[in-house]
Amino acid sequence: MKTIQELLKTRILILDGAMGTMIQRHKLEEEDFRKGWFENHDKSLKGNNDLLSLTRPEIIKEIHRKYFEAGADIAETNTFSGTWIAQADYGLEKYVYDINFQSAKIAKEVAAEFTALNPDKPRFVAGSIGPTNRTASISPDVNDPGFRGISFDELVDAYKDQVNALMDGGVDLLLVETVFDTLNAKAALYAIDVVFEERKVQIPIMVSGTITDQSGRTLTGQTTEAFLISMSHMPLLTIGLNCALGASMMRPYLQILNQKASFGVSAHPNAGLPNEFGKYDETPEIMAVQIKEFLDEGLVNIIGGCCGTTPEHIKAIADLAKNYQPRTII
Amino acid sequence: MSDNTQSTLKLSGLEPLIVTSLSNFVNIGERTNVTGSRAFLRMIKEGDFEAALAVARDQVEGGAQIIDINMDEGMIDGKEAMVKFLNLIASEPDISRVPIMIDSSKWEIIEAGLKCIQGKGVVNSISLKEGEENFISQAKKVKRYGAAVIVMAFDEKGQADSYERRIEICKRSYDILVDVVHFAKEDIIFDPNIFPVATGMEEHNNNAVDFFRATKWIRENLPGAHVSGGVSNVSFSFRGNDKMREAMHSAFLYHAIQNGMDMGIVNPAMLEVYSDIDKELLIFVEDVLLNRRPDATERLLEYAETVKGDGKKREIDLSWRNVPVNERLAHALVKGIVEFIDEDVEECRHQFSRPIEVIEGPLMDGMNIVGDLFGSGKMFLPQVVKSARVMKKAVAYLLPFIEAEKDGVRSFSGKVLMATVKGDVHDIGKNIVGVVLGCNNYEVIDLGVMVPFDKIIQTAIDEKVDVIGLSGLITPSLDEMVTMAKEMERANLTIPLMIGGATTSKVHTAVKIEQNYTKGQTVHVLDASRAVTVVESLLGQKKDAFVEELKVEYTRVREHHEKHRGAKQLLSLEEARKNKFAINWKQEDCIQPAKLGLTKFEDYPIAELADYIDWTPFFQTWELHGRFPNILTDEVVGNEATKLYADAQQMLKQIIDQKWLKAKAVVGLFPANSVGDDIEIYSNESPKTILNIQHSLRQQTKKAEGQPNIALSDFIAPKDSEVEDYIGGFVVTTGLGMEEHIVRFEKDHDDYNSILIKALADRLAEAFAEKLHEIVRTDLWGYARNEQLSNSELIKESYVGIRPAPGYPACPDHTEKIGLFELLNATELTGVSLTESLAMMPTSSVSGWYFAHKEAKYFGLGKITEEQIADIAARKNSTFEKMERWLSSVIH
Repeated sequence: MKTIQELLKTRILILDGAMGTMIQRHKLEEEDFRKGWFENHDKSLKGNNDLLSLTRPEIIKEIHRKYFEAGADIAETNTFSGTWIAQADYGLEKYVYDINFQSAKIAKEVAAEFTALNPDKPRFVAGSIGPTNRTASISPDVNDPGFRGISFDELVDAYKDQVNALMDGGVDLLLVETVFDTLNAKAALYAIDVVFEERKVQIPIMVSGTITDQSGRTLTGQTTEAFLISMSHMPLLTIGLNCALGASMMRPYLQILNQKASFGVSAHPNAGLPNEFGKYDETPEIMAVQIKEFLDEGLVNIIGGCCGTTPEHIKAIADLAKNYQPRTII
Repeated sequence: MSDNTQSTLKLSGLEPLIVTSLSNFVNIGERTNVTGSRAFLRMIKEGDFEAALAVARDQVEGGAQIIDINMDEGMIDGKEAMVKFLNLIASEPDISRVPIMIDSSKWEIIEAGLKCIQGKGVVNSISLKEGEENFISQAKKVKRYGAAVIVMAFDEKGQADSYERRIEICKRSYDILVDVVHFAKEDIIFDPNIFPVATGMEEHNNNAVDFFRATKWIRENLPGAHVSGGVSNVSFSFRGNDKMREAMHSAFLYHAIQNGMDMGIVNPAMLEVYSDIDKELLIFVEDVLLNRRPDATERLLEYAETVKGDGKKREIDLSWRNVPVNERLAHALVKGIVEFIDEDVEECRHQFSRPIEVIEGPLMDGMNIVGDLFGSGKMFLPQVVKSARVMKKAVAYLLPFIEAEKDGVRSFSGKVLMATVKGDVHDIGKNIVGVVLGCNNYEVIDLGVMVPFDKIIQTAIDEKVDVIGLSGLITPSLDEMVTMAKEMERANLTIPLMIGGATTSKVHTAVKIEQNYTKGQTVHVLDASRAVTVVESLLGQKKDAFVEELKVEYTRVREHHEKHRGAKQLLSLEEARKNKFAINWKQEDCIQPAKLGLTKFEDYPIAELADYIDWTPFFQTWELHGRFPNILTDEVVGNEATKLYADAQQMLKQIIDQKWLKAKAVVGLFPANSVGDDIEIYSNESPKTILNIQHSLRQQTKKAEGQPNIALSDFIAPKDSEVEDYIGGFVVTTGLGMEEHIVRFEKDHDDYNSILIKALADRLAEAFAEKLHEIVRTDLWGYARNEQLSNSELIKESYVGIRPAPGYPACPDHTEKIGLFELLNATELTGVSLTESLAMMPTSSVSGWYFAHKEAKYFGLGKITEEQIADIAARKNSTFEKMERWLSSVIH
């Protein structure tokens, strides 16, 4: 069976779409987030989607299944908030291992089913590593710009726990995503490097940043190229962009990555910008037209979707990408 | 599509910085550095981070492409300051757009800084100084934090100072980084050490050439690597002459860049445009940089003399030679120029009917200007001493003419007798006061050093002096001054008595001396600059008011002292001993010296000591206050400090080249154990015999909870612990041979050089003591074989073990020197002897003990009780009265 590095040279790989959007379709209630695990927990847990890997694993497996059916090569684990920092809001710091381990395990089970069905199209699981809800480069207190709500060391500690649990659960690669503060992501890469050394194992790493507005900068002010340079000390599988902007607005910054990056380039944009109800309007057809421009320009090696995208979007993207050569990685 | 060629260094702040082989030289901002900018240091110390941010912003706006941030200063918490400043910078997009260079000699500060920057910065620096293991571990972390790194050409053996050493270390560092750490080649930046040229030291002549060649070699042989450096170092010997420095920096950069240096720390304000450098100057500068001719340095120095700050070459400005002769004399005095003094005095002599009028007229007018400028802080001591040299030469020229007249007597403002008291040999301060008084038209009778009280009193009576000035440095001299006051009282003198010298104080003068001499007035003089005011007041019309004021002041000091004394709590000796400094004694912490017994150093090369000099106290001797090297650029005294430093360097070179001074030393290392507060020192044979017992004194001040009452004996394993421990002793001197030069200078009326050589010899003695301690730690005793410390770390005493000296805070008992000298056979082996007050002769000598235990530390004894005096008197087989006299300064 071919490795992901080998496959990346032969075709454009498809990443799955939104997890949250799919979970919303199930109209889950508080008890779904507690079932069997947190029945008597003293805080409300509704909305803490990562817990569903423990309490309603069949729903999460079903979502992975739908994305694989749509043509995804890579599924992301349901672990976007799987650090003790993010889980501290719910008082669930000590369940971080279970969340990550179980999420990885069930995603791998589904991936294995699909690979068995068609060994020519092996399916991979990427451990999703979110940015946490704290930022290491910005003070939460406008009157005290030198203050920080989280330290680099705390971030490293949290990410190490997450990475270890994801790897125990068997993920094939790691995806540090939605990077709005490069310093948080540097802490994630630091943790990954330490864990790799401790485990004497390395798996591919994807990093994906978020350009928050049309100035072309991250939330903490870096340009796309500065972000790329700041992340280049690790041998990455891909560097890319996700979330925030829809596909069309993401294109100029993907062009920069395409020109400058010595790694693969990935993109998983939102289905446009959220409307006044917080929903994403872009249909699979509209999104596919914009993605086609990426493909025509040869900008990417991995393509998928973020907020608002569904298996239908991914199918449209996958059907399109089949006809294109991947970007050449130097 | 990628532009990722092998040698492209990519850095980032909020924006990228790409350094390719086609890029222009990358300019690193240097002002956000507490070690290089006094202004920035002050802002950080005072917590004025707003102003500090403005400095950073200014630099970025001024074109710095990277900003170097350094918070290494003993008085601030470097780590905290680094973190705070970097966090603040993160919220200032107009600063944080450029990459950050985290500059520290402390790894913990570097690491703390790396945790604050989201961009890809540069670590400045790491090196093989502490060995491969450390280097690898730090490099690995730098890589993990995602930064580029500056590697200093420094290894276990020291800093690379030749071409061969530079490439050897850089190659070794590079191979480890690339092969072991897998560091990205293009992220490696070498700093192959820019050292000063034109220092006058022959071994420095090739410094720039070696740097250029090493740079070229690195760029050709270490693929990907970059070269950086601190450019201002190269012109260090021209501090104070910005025009020369600007030309040197720019010529240096020109050649360095040609050879492949692609980034560096340069002050853009101190950079001349290469093509704008005066062609003649450029030749001289390049002769030096490229070491093109043996006399390059001399030629450049000569040229430098002719270059003003504004950069226009000028003929040596001799316009002052065209003014009337009395103005010329004033000019020569104020500027300290001896060159024309004889001819000017001769010319002047013909304008007056009597030669004495030349002194009383124009020469004194000139000296009054000097006195006024000094008094108002516009001239500094080194300049005044140079003025005095001119004055003395002028007077010496006139003397035969004056003596040829019958009543040729010069009228002085007063007559002052100066002496260093019996038992003491230190006279730098006394000589300075003499010079300053001489400049102010006082006649000075200097009786020299070790002067007994009867000689002082007799001379005072015979010569009808107006004031007596006593000086002393060691603590027993304080007691001698008390004796002197009592004897003056007995002799019914009324002459005012001035007290001065390093250990004297207003409190001691008020409490111990003044009331013993009721017939005349005693006054403490803090430093040479106050001497004139004091003498003027004592002899002037307002004398009565001044004396009245002093009496009130000293009475107040006595009362305050008495009250304070009552309030201070001392423990009984028993309580203090119970609260000793407790060490958990283990045999493995007490390392047996590699070489027990005595080791003698005959004629140790002075050249090797020069690097160990702590210059700050040297400037203090000249009453120029500030830390070295910042003092050289100080706004107030910087110019004078720079000149003095240049003179000192020149004399140092003569001392070395012409072997003016001889350095000798003896070290002894012995088995030892403590018994109570005593330390028994044993022979190295069995059965052991006791060679000497050292008696230590114990702190008796009541301490805060958990703080011990320390005695030096606490640092040696007790006999009953059965741990075999060791102690060392040493005597060093660098004063041998100095006398003939002092005689030579004084014959030439040259107080300036006479004081200079003494001050330098003192510093060399301290440097020798420092160097010897290092030899002991790393070799003779060998308990710290692997230490690698820079000179500044040595000065900060950041090594294991201590070397307390008898007569200093940890053991104020000078009588301990007797045993130490016997133990080491020091007088025979080093030529250093002890006076009756136990001062060492020659003066430029240091003696002390070595304690090697890792917990040993310096402390001050503080005040002790009479109970302990009695105790130590019994232990030493001495009498209470004797010990009370020796230790009077520490008795409560």
